[in-house]
Amino acid sequence: MRDDTMTDSLKAKAQAAFKDLARDPGVPKPDPILVVDNVVRRFGGLTAVDVNHVEIQRGSITALIGPNGAGKTTFFNQLTGFDTADSGTWRFNERAMNGVPAHKVARYGMVRTFQLTKALSRLTVLENMRLGAQKQRGESFWRALVPGFWRGQEEEITERAEELLVRFKLDAKRDDFAGSLSGGQRKLLEMARALMVQPELVMLDEPMAGVNPALTQSLLGHVKDLREQGMTVLFVEHDMDMVRDISDWVIVMAQGAVIAEGPPSTIMSDERVIDAYLGAHHDAPLSEGELEAQLHEAEAELEAEIEEETQK
Amino acid sequence: MDWLTILTTTVHAAIGWETVVYGLAAIGVNIHFGYTGLLNFGQSAFMAVAGYGMAVTVVFLNLPFWIGILVGLAAAAVLALLMGIPTLKLRADYLAIVTIAAAEIIRLIFRSVYFKDIFGGSDGRRGFNGDFYAMNPYPAGHYGIGPFGFDERTMWFLTVGWAVVLLSCVVVYLLMKSPWGRVLKAIREDEDAVRALGKNVFSYKLQSLTLGGIIGCFGGFLYGLYNGAVQPDVFGTEMTFFAYTIVILGGAARVFGPVVGAMIFWVLFVFVGNTLAELVANGYIPFMTTIQVGPIRYALVGLGFILLLVLRPQGIFGDKREIAIDAR
Repeated sequence: MRDDTMTDSLKAKAQAAFKDLARDPGVPKPDPILVVDNVVRRFGGLTAVDVNHVEIQRGSITALIGPNGAGKTTFFNQLTGFDTADSGTWRFNERAMNGVPAHKVARYGMVRTFQLTKALSRLTVLENMRLGAQKQRGESFWRALVPGFWRGQEEEITERAEELLVRFKLDAKRDDFAGSLSGGQRKLLEMARALMVQPELVMLDEPMAGVNPALTQSLLGHVKDLREQGMTVLFVEHDMDMVRDISDWVIVMAQGAVIAEGPPSTIMSDERVIDAYLGAHHDAPLSEGELEAQLHEAEAELEAEIEEETQK
Repeated sequence: MDWLTILTTTVHAAIGWETVVYGLAAIGVNIHFGYTGLLNFGQSAFMAVAGYGMAVTVVFLNLPFWIGILVGLAAAAVLALLMGIPTLKLRADYLAIVTIAAAEIIRLIFRSVYFKDIFGGSDGRRGFNGDFYAMNPYPAGHYGIGPFGFDERTMWFLTVGWAVVLLSCVVVYLLMKSPWGRVLKAIREDEDAVRALGKNVFSYKLQSLTLGGIIGCFGGFLYGLYNGAVQPDVFGTEMTFFAYTIVILGGAARVFGPVVGAMIFWVLFVFVGNTLAELVANGYIPFMTTIQVGPIRYALVGLGFILLLVLRPQGIFGDKREIAIDAR
């Protein structure tokens, strides 16, 4: 089983990189593909994102988690050029990316998917896939008019698309409209389509949202596959089982800021993370007197209520 | 009842000048709306600047006909940039509002008293099509079979007109089969997804707006050449809405949809109008006068379209599967 050992070694390599890292927010990584500094995004008085420093390790699967409204998706939008940050810089492969429009971000090798899946409904599955290919000669107006210019390239693209469709088990659907696929199949299609771009960094915004459990395993497998093919994955997710299962490193956001980082095995027992999810002092012990007083209070309230009911 | 007149006018309408002019407008709208999902409600503006560009160049500046055509084309291209650059970054509904407003502004400039020397006010411009008919290779006479047929001027006009229509269809066919057309259709479905795949959505929208505007502007040239005049009020919102009706009738995002749509539109329009006029004139509909025929014709044709869209929402050429899919 040569494949398995290969997989193991890549996984081990990815995880070894994190071995001796501190658990602090913004901890430097040995080989970062993406380095973010001081990214701020305000909506009126609300500071949605305020990230001081964060690094994403190359060749790893990094999870970005946090309670609802933590700014994860907004942060994603900043990084991929779908929203403009109020300030801050971020470098992808040493290239400054702030102010770069979304389509150029994708061309540089940083490709995202969306929380609400964006299948192009009235295009066939195969056309969806072909669209992802870059540097298509037939996408320029004048050359599009002469099929001879682009037909050869189109065949190469189709071949690559079909290989990916087989891998994602969508090959039987190739000529169906993408709009006729199920929710899970659309997620698969979106991921496969993103791979047509041949990205270095794949950014998945809640890849498991709305996917039925039967497809979850296959989706997880595909995400792990990305690392095995040398890509870096950064994903936003709520499902902690999934985070534990596939990620090498977890970054936790709360109220717009990165509050903790760490390996998936221990991150959920980190105090800062528990505080963020459940609120500080949620488990602070009450003294016995307090407890009794609370009980009495509740009792009195109930009694008053009952009395009111009987008087009616 | 003069059934022969009704029959000949109806057959003529199927391939007549209105079908050519509105067919071209609709081919342009089909590129905007059918393929790219751009709600351009200012198609009449493209036709107006083309028609006026040609007319003013020939009549006011005394330049040759071909220069007039070039001026018209350039005007349409400039208009596409002017309308597109500020609005195409916004959402679809903004484009609809801006284009309909731009079209009205352009119409009102053409009919304004201030520019009467140049554009001729509400009378418009005439007397610029001499060069076009001087090129007519058809000798004088009647061309056709029996009662169906056209004189040599109309023949020349229809030859050129249908050549332009077919050429436009070939261009649309080639483009929409290509990766370029694929990007356009993808933008119609979801432009953020297209952006995320590394395509410059703004540039494609601008190309689409320009191409559809240029094809529409040929409709403007041909309108002026057939009627020998351009008046501002011809290029009102009605023209744009007729073009949209034609696109939906034929089936959006189909190459020949607008052409067949235009044929059906004008056949219905002429047939209903003439039949009604004959019926009223011969006393079969006693409660109507001939003056009422015009408005009633609009109402009946409208009713026909409603029925067609209820019974066949995808249009003549559309694919029922596409309608079944929720667009988003």
